[in-house]
Amino acid sequence: MADLSVNVAGIHSPNPFWLASAPPTNSGYQVMRAFEAGWGGAVWKTLGDPIVNVSSRFAGLNWKGSQMVGISNLELITDRPLADNLREIREVKRAFPDRALIVSLMVDPVREQWHEIVKQVQDVGVDGLELNFGCPHGMAERGMGSAVGQVPEYVQQNTEWVMEVAQVPVLVKLTPNVTDIRYTARAAVKGGANAVSMINTINSLIGVDINTWSPTPSVDIMGAHGGYSGPAVKPIALHMVSECARDPHVNVPISGIGGVSTWQDAVEYLLLGATSVQVCTAVMNHGFRIVEDMIDGLNNYLEARGIAAVTDLIGKSVPRVTDWGRLNLNYQVAARIDQEVCIQCNKCYIACEETAHQCIDQVPQANGKTMLVVDEEECVGCNLCAMVCPVEGCITMTDVSTGVASMSWQQRQAQTWTDVSL
Amino acid sequence: MNADAPVGDEIDSLHRMVYRPISQFEALQEANRCLYCYDAPCTKACPTHIDVPAFIRKITTKNLQGSARVIMEANPVGASCARVCPTEQLCEGACVLQKNAVPIRIGDLQRYVTDFARDRDLTLFSPGPSSGKRVAILGGGPAGLSAARELARFGHTVTIYEQKPHLGGLDTYGIVPFRLPVDISLWEVEQVRKLGVEMVTGVRVGQDVDFNHIVNSFDAVVLAVGMGTVPKLNIPGEELEGVWDALALIEQVKSGLFKGSLGEHVVVIGAGNTAIDAATSACRLGVPEVEIYYRRTQREMTAYPSEFNFAKQEGVGFHWLSLPKQILGQGGRVTGIEFLKARFAEDNNGRPVPVPILGSEFVVPTDGVIRAIGQSRVTEFLQSSGIKTEHGVISVNSNGQTSHPKVFAAGDCIFAKGHSEAMVVEAAQQGKIAAASIHRFLSEKNG
Repeated sequence: MADLSVNVAGIHSPNPFWLASAPPTNSGYQVMRAFEAGWGGAVWKTLGDPIVNVSSRFAGLNWKGSQMVGISNLELITDRPLADNLREIREVKRAFPDRALIVSLMVDPVREQWHEIVKQVQDVGVDGLELNFGCPHGMAERGMGSAVGQVPEYVQQNTEWVMEVAQVPVLVKLTPNVTDIRYTARAAVKGGANAVSMINTINSLIGVDINTWSPTPSVDIMGAHGGYSGPAVKPIALHMVSECARDPHVNVPISGIGGVSTWQDAVEYLLLGATSVQVCTAVMNHGFRIVEDMIDGLNNYLEARGIAAVTDLIGKSVPRVTDWGRLNLNYQVAARIDQEVCIQCNKCYIACEETAHQCIDQVPQANGKTMLVVDEEECVGCNLCAMVCPVEGCITMTDVSTGVASMSWQQRQAQTWTDVSL
Repeated sequence: MNADAPVGDEIDSLHRMVYRPISQFEALQEANRCLYCYDAPCTKACPTHIDVPAFIRKITTKNLQGSARVIMEANPVGASCARVCPTEQLCEGACVLQKNAVPIRIGDLQRYVTDFARDRDLTLFSPGPSSGKRVAILGGGPAGLSAARELARFGHTVTIYEQKPHLGGLDTYGIVPFRLPVDISLWEVEQVRKLGVEMVTGVRVGQDVDFNHIVNSFDAVVLAVGMGTVPKLNIPGEELEGVWDALALIEQVKSGLFKGSLGEHVVVIGAGNTAIDAATSACRLGVPEVEIYYRRTQREMTAYPSEFNFAKQEGVGFHWLSLPKQILGQGGRVTGIEFLKARFAEDNNGRPVPVPILGSEFVVPTDGVIRAIGQSRVTEFLQSSGIKTEHGVISVNSNGQTSHPKVFAAGDCIFAKGHSEAMVVEAAQQGKIAAASIHRFLSEKNG
């Protein structure tokens, strides 16, 4: 068995799989069940002044028979009394001392309020705190959540207030509803945060019932924007994680959040610089049991590659993330179609012919079928044909570079500049 | 392409599989269709309770090694069962998609995953720390292998005594190669051997080794001796050349020992799954006309519906309510068989039994007669041990324990009509139960 344990700024966890602060971590009963299923850590649903929720609360985005590729959520922070939560947190930590138990917090941006709640929560013996500066709905209208998280100065200020009294590691959870997440991440670090977690949910209006004309989820007949999560947001989150991972000013561990459903998703997050991952939508869809395959699959992946510890994955792809201007303009791939496995659906043909570069030909065969042939001279190597192909391994993008030395746009601009100045 | 379509002309007819393997493309599509039910009905319907949603989800995450572990952990002969289980009556029959759509092809997916494990010869399990206890298992079929695998994982030292040259029992010898190739069964045997289980072959208990001696030399014993040959029909002419025991014929066919010809026309007596196997073997050996005669009707036959359909597709003819009266011969060879037509009457308990209709004799000219009317019991060797049997069936409690406290039993040798199904998957589960009981028994004795 590979070593799956991780250490996020002093928070130790037997595996990198944490439950995100969300409906699944609302109570001690739920978190106990999650830990029994094998979750390495959990971020308790945000504590603060208990709120009143609406009904209904969630709506799912289904796509071609796949349920919940994304969900939009109107639920706010905890609606349960602080004392009840604290009692249950203590019980869970006692029952599972080896797991990472982190508590999410959100109060008014007032120094005394932060001091008070931080002291109360760390008194029950938690492993860490996560500051919720990300909730995009409801709480933001009250000046909390993303209302704080969208302004770097507020993030720094609120974090500083927490750090004045915090005795356990503090993560700052960032909102993606900003132009460039590095600014708020840097502010969190400046404020003293020990780690950052990202992303919180994205502003969304997931749909409208075309029979009733009410937005979904509907409350009475009305709707409001919610927080979007699930597999559909993963690319956005991966980008933000990688941006922070390669930013020298965000030099703290990252807990990655957004659409993690499988061990493969986790591997991607770790490779792009996350130390742990947090999961919500996938367990809302399938239950806590999915962590068994996450652990098993991750372990088998590491063992198959002779990697002793999961921490050896962290950040390994970060050096390969760069700016567009540094990509090699002289690199060239072309599509190759394996005629043995091609099923002649012609999807690659129409995609290329109408929406790309007209370089796949339909060649009639003696048997009445059509063979799809790539004109490699014309192929720009965009990948689209391989993307629409339903048969795995049928279309391969093959390196056809001519051996010309690597040249990026930046290098070319520099050369042009030199030529001009001469 | 229809998944049920036989394929592969390059392989000889005896090894051309009834069902072709599922491709990676199909496997992923099918696995993604699984709803991943909780407390899933498919898992409950499986006698070994394989966590079906878990193994299917692992296909979607490309964790095939983990998927194979889930299958084989619950069922030590899960590769064989993927091919021989009547899935339409078990997991697939219970699939929630049965109601509104098409059930998930669980058997095919299980085969896909176990093929992956076999192709790479993955080692999925390791023996437990040694307990110092020794357990003997009599019989190396599915029940014995299953018990051995579990006992070895518990840390007990296991010796299997098997009368045949190879282990695997009916999986190795008694199920036609076009449903279950011998490699599958022998791979499962190797998985058990790798755990340090000693396998003594060519040994018949009661003849080569004394049963009471085994009981005295081990800390516990598992009886997994299965059943014996097909009993005689008890009609004149059974000594003629051309009269076969169905299992003996299948064994010869499967091990490649069968040479020669069965003739132009063969009659099979009986309508269980072994009768189907014998009949379809005859078809694939090139017999132009193969007919099954059964004393009851289609409704009472024990062959699975899928097997019945398969036999019809292979060209087997079926005749109901026919009682064999005598086998006819000339020069020591079968030339025909005489039947009496039957009708149903009630026996003393009010159950319908076929009775002959007087004067209804008819003769079927044939070159061969294969009897497939069940299997005999092989429990004579227990007579001096005092272990309780009933009509040749070893009596056990719910833990698989016989009347002798350190002797347990599993598989076909405890299969009594009307209690459970004599399926490979049942035998595997009973082997697990016996092993768990023995582990408890030995641990208690220790403590």
